[in-house]
Amino acid sequence: MFDAPFPTSLPLAPGVGYKSSHFAQIMADPGPVEWLEIHAENYMGDGGRPLAQLRALSERFSISVHGVGLSIGGEGPLDADHLARLKHLVGWLSPASFSEHLAWSTHSTGYMNDLLPLPYTDATLTRVAEHIDEVQTVLGRRMLLENPSTYLAFAETDMSETDFLSELTRRTGCGLLLDVNNVFVSATNQKTNAEAYLKAFPTHAVGELHLGGHDVQSDEHGDPLLIDSHGAATADPVWKLYADLIARIGPAPTLIEWDNDVPDWPVLRNEAELAAHILSPVA
Amino acid sequence: MSTQTQFIGALLDAAAPVPDGLIDPEGRAAGKRFDVYRNNVIVSLVAALRDGFPALNSLLGPEYFDALAGIYVRQHPPSDPRLMNYGASLPQFLSGFEPLAHLPYLADVARLELAIRTSYHAADHTPVTPDQLAAIPPEALGNQCFGLAPSAVLIHSPYPIVGIRAKALGGNMGEARAHDVLVARAEFDPIPHILAPGVLSFLTALSDGRALGDAAGLAAEAAPEFDLSAALGLSLSAQILTERAIP
Repeated sequence: MFDAPFPTSLPLAPGVGYKSSHFAQIMADPGPVEWLEIHAENYMGDGGRPLAQLRALSERFSISVHGVGLSIGGEGPLDADHLARLKHLVGWLSPASFSEHLAWSTHSTGYMNDLLPLPYTDATLTRVAEHIDEVQTVLGRRMLLENPSTYLAFAETDMSETDFLSELTRRTGCGLLLDVNNVFVSATNQKTNAEAYLKAFPTHAVGELHLGGHDVQSDEHGDPLLIDSHGAATADPVWKLYADLIARIGPAPTLIEWDNDVPDWPVLRNEAELAAHILSPVA
Repeated sequence: MSTQTQFIGALLDAAAPVPDGLIDPEGRAAGKRFDVYRNNVIVSLVAALRDGFPALNSLLGPEYFDALAGIYVRQHPPSDPRLMNYGASLPQFLSGFEPLAHLPYLADVARLELAIRTSYHAADHTPVTPDQLAAIPPEALGNQCFGLAPSAVLIHSPYPIVGIRAKALGGNMGEARAHDVLVARAEFDPIPHILAPGVLSFLTALSDGRALGDAAGLAAEAAPEFDLSAALGLSLSAQILTERAIP
């Protein structure tokens, strides 16, 4: 159990996933955006423009470092070299938050560049908790763990995702990053109820929320299959879930994720404004 | 075999059956749901290669590039999550790729694109300035050692790779002769410079720790027409020299 203050000091305001094509406009015209999220792996070079831009941004905005490659749900041990690179980045930047995913991506074959699913059992719970303990010990800070989008289930799963996450927060003291789009995508794909998932979610541990877009497809049986594409505006039912959630738990740092088919800055800023209206309904 | 070993094996082999125990909400075998992960892995890694090798993509055409990159991704997935480094073995893969044996320059174009990416992410440095160089007494200059910037990358190719890359990206072909190339980054954007005869030997010798006089001698041996003052002029304007103590 890692004992430290609440895992994030991000503003209770909208943030956006940072894209270098938006650098000048974000600096000149951030609108309601008070913080930025970066993917840790894109800033693991030794120098050049990426690190110079990040340094300049960090002097103006709170930064959330979001890892996509640590493979916390992996069967094998964590990659010590990668964890050391994260420690270096987090030490250099002193970000307001560090988060990673309940997923895996690396195995002896290599790094798969996707957030792959894992079964929820006592054995995987123990393993993931050990990995989170290791991350928090090496980084010297609490981390947030994000709920995944899933497309399939494991026959061996015998625990709900919300129970799994609750138990992880209890064992490790980690906080949670609640991705509302992922909740909607997974609930649709798994034919469960998104509202019920959010009611069962340990919201006391939430340090950050994510919003983003998804693609609508169907499987070979004609059942809906939503894909977490991060390539579109947030869908209406996800906004509804988000608004209900904020009404229940109060304002929380909220990220607009848009990683593919990246829109022009005004489109992204507009998404942040929609979130800002929900976060502060009087404004 | 572990669950995740089976999972990855099936991810990278589109013909492999979906591993047991992966199901849809009705308890049926996962089928197309597993294909979502297969697709994410291959498409995202092919896209990373396309970002890293835009000229190669243009030379081959996107369709051919997709097919080639798909083969490469399955045989050589990234060794770690830093996609900025992904594709380092693509030139070697291209050299051994029989269907493209008639286009032997492709591997060197890929090498140039890799060098540009390496330079882009390399550590920043403080270059030696023309004033600093001018302040060195002439009699001491021959014994002076310099380092090369971490973002300076040297390539030799029997093909005019700078021109081929420029044309592939919509520019002009330029000189159609063999190229020695220096990729260098003064501030943030790497630029490929075509080197005059002997300059590659000169810069390599400096980088190896040889003093200026020795490096110039080696360069003149490699190419009698080597022009030291032009080589120093380029080194200063490209901002690649760094201070290095006399050993």
